[in-house]
Amino acid sequence: MAGPSFLKRLGPGLVPFVPYLWLAVFFLLPFLIVFKISLSDPAVAQPPYRPVFEWSDIAAFFSGLDLENFATLIDDSLYLDATLSSLRIAAISTALLLLVGFPIAYAMARAPQKHRPLLVALVIMPFWTSFLIRIYAWVAILKPEGLLNQALMGLGLIGDPLNILNTETAVYIGIVYAYLPFMVLPLYASLEKQDHSLIEAALDLGSPPWRAFWTITVPLAMPGIVAGSLLCFIPAVGEFVIPDLLGGSETLMIGKQLWSEFFSNRDWPLASSVAILLLLILVVPIVIYRDVESRQLEGRR
Amino acid sequence: MNRRLSLFNVTSLVLGFAFLYLPILLLMVYSFNASRLVTVWGGFSTQWYSALFRNEPLMEAAWVTLRIALLSASAATILGTLAAIALTRYGRFTGRTLFTGMIYAPMVMPEVITGLSLLLFFVAIGLDRGFWTITLAHTTLTMCFVTVVVQARLLTFDRSLEEAAMDLGAPPLRTFFSVTLPLIAPSIVAGFLLAFTLSLDDLVIASFNTGPGATTLPIRIYSQVRLGLSPEVNAASTILIGIVAVGVLTATLLSKRSLLRSDRTAG
Repeated sequence: MAGPSFLKRLGPGLVPFVPYLWLAVFFLLPFLIVFKISLSDPAVAQPPYRPVFEWSDIAAFFSGLDLENFATLIDDSLYLDATLSSLRIAAISTALLLLVGFPIAYAMARAPQKHRPLLVALVIMPFWTSFLIRIYAWVAILKPEGLLNQALMGLGLIGDPLNILNTETAVYIGIVYAYLPFMVLPLYASLEKQDHSLIEAALDLGSPPWRAFWTITVPLAMPGIVAGSLLCFIPAVGEFVIPDLLGGSETLMIGKQLWSEFFSNRDWPLASSVAILLLLILVVPIVIYRDVESRQLEGRR
Repeated sequence: MNRRLSLFNVTSLVLGFAFLYLPILLLMVYSFNASRLVTVWGGFSTQWYSALFRNEPLMEAAWVTLRIALLSASAATILGTLAAIALTRYGRFTGRTLFTGMIYAPMVMPEVITGLSLLLFFVAIGLDRGFWTITLAHTTLTMCFVTVVVQARLLTFDRSLEEAAMDLGAPPLRTFFSVTLPLIAPSIVAGFLLAFTLSLDDLVIASFNTGPGATTLPIRIYSQVRLGLSPEVNAASTILIGIVAVGVLTATLLSKRSLLRSDRTAG
């Protein structure tokens, strides 16, 4: 950086201070509170947990904390099952997203230069329409008497309606549909920068097309693959709306579990420990994602 | 380079975009369905639109949602722009790593965690849940998106313009308002629109932080959807999609025009 910038003279420290303070208060502090409440006992009161701060007696405050809720999470196989099934569903969905997203991103990157901005706009556009509405649209399509079954039966492809809604298949369809822009855009960004003459050189030297693809295109697209996969995998693990509306009661996911612990059972401490559990699972992918993103952004300088 | 796309590439584009757009189109078509059954076509009708405007709880929810979105997006735009300036113009300040962490984490963090933690925070400080808690929660989430959008622009523009203004004796504040701000304005507008849409759209964080009298449109739609499909929801969705489409189109045209103008002045 060339010399002290003018903004530094403008108000030293003040500019970063305001958003910093905001995030510390409204993002960091709430996590500490979740952590505290995850260690406390539920109470039949409003709010339904024991007081958070008892400054008068710090010893009593600490003795009131225990790992009871986390013991519940381990004892009750429901939470372990929900965690494993969330990780599985998110991993399979991410793999499906790569399979569906890569050909689209690749074709966009190969399209004539003048059409590319339009193609990018077309991928972003659905993201601007409501997530809830886009998932709701699939309910009408996947229902037993829904539009997909009507179409397939009308074409004579199937005799009896397929049961897709309220199964895990519906959840995969929902996640792939809702997260596709998040996969396609990072992939496109890394594929677009590639020099196609590398592929041509490989082909000229007698390499079969699939080999040129695996040894040149894919490794060069790695930053996009990593960013896109994390961008889809992390929120998918904690997804609530999609398993709730499309997955039915048989789909177990940890985000849904947290929601019902909180809203149906009104057990706030247990809901908090589920949140801490979810956070612990995701902290490593989140840190990797942050590194990849800030390195890419700073690398553009 | 003007190569023709291979058949495989064209097919993947056509199938990909069909997959992205068909469900939304079907939803919109069935909002004009005369039948109450959402999946059976019973002729053209606009009855669900008039039913929608008579549905007072839904209209009330739309109004609450709009006010929350305007307020939180405005606050998020200011905070996010400041954060972007801090990240691009202040070099390495103390706690920068924590700062970037707090910017990137809310964007990927599952919404159930953010929603629950903010709620517990509001309860702990004794703030009544309702309109303001949702607004604060949305400001916190969306400012991170604004930061990333504005930061991308600040990183790519020509710093020598700022330095030239200062060398010619412009004070820092004046340089900021007459050089930097006009240059990053399109990205600030884009950030605001993004924040606004995210706030309009949010169900999970709003559900955790809502209180009496602060039912937002997504919360209302969600509770109706859980009871079963309703053509009124289709009509409401179609209107929302229409508004967003017009907004995005306007923003695209505006940014294209400002690009053309800056090209002309540069050339």
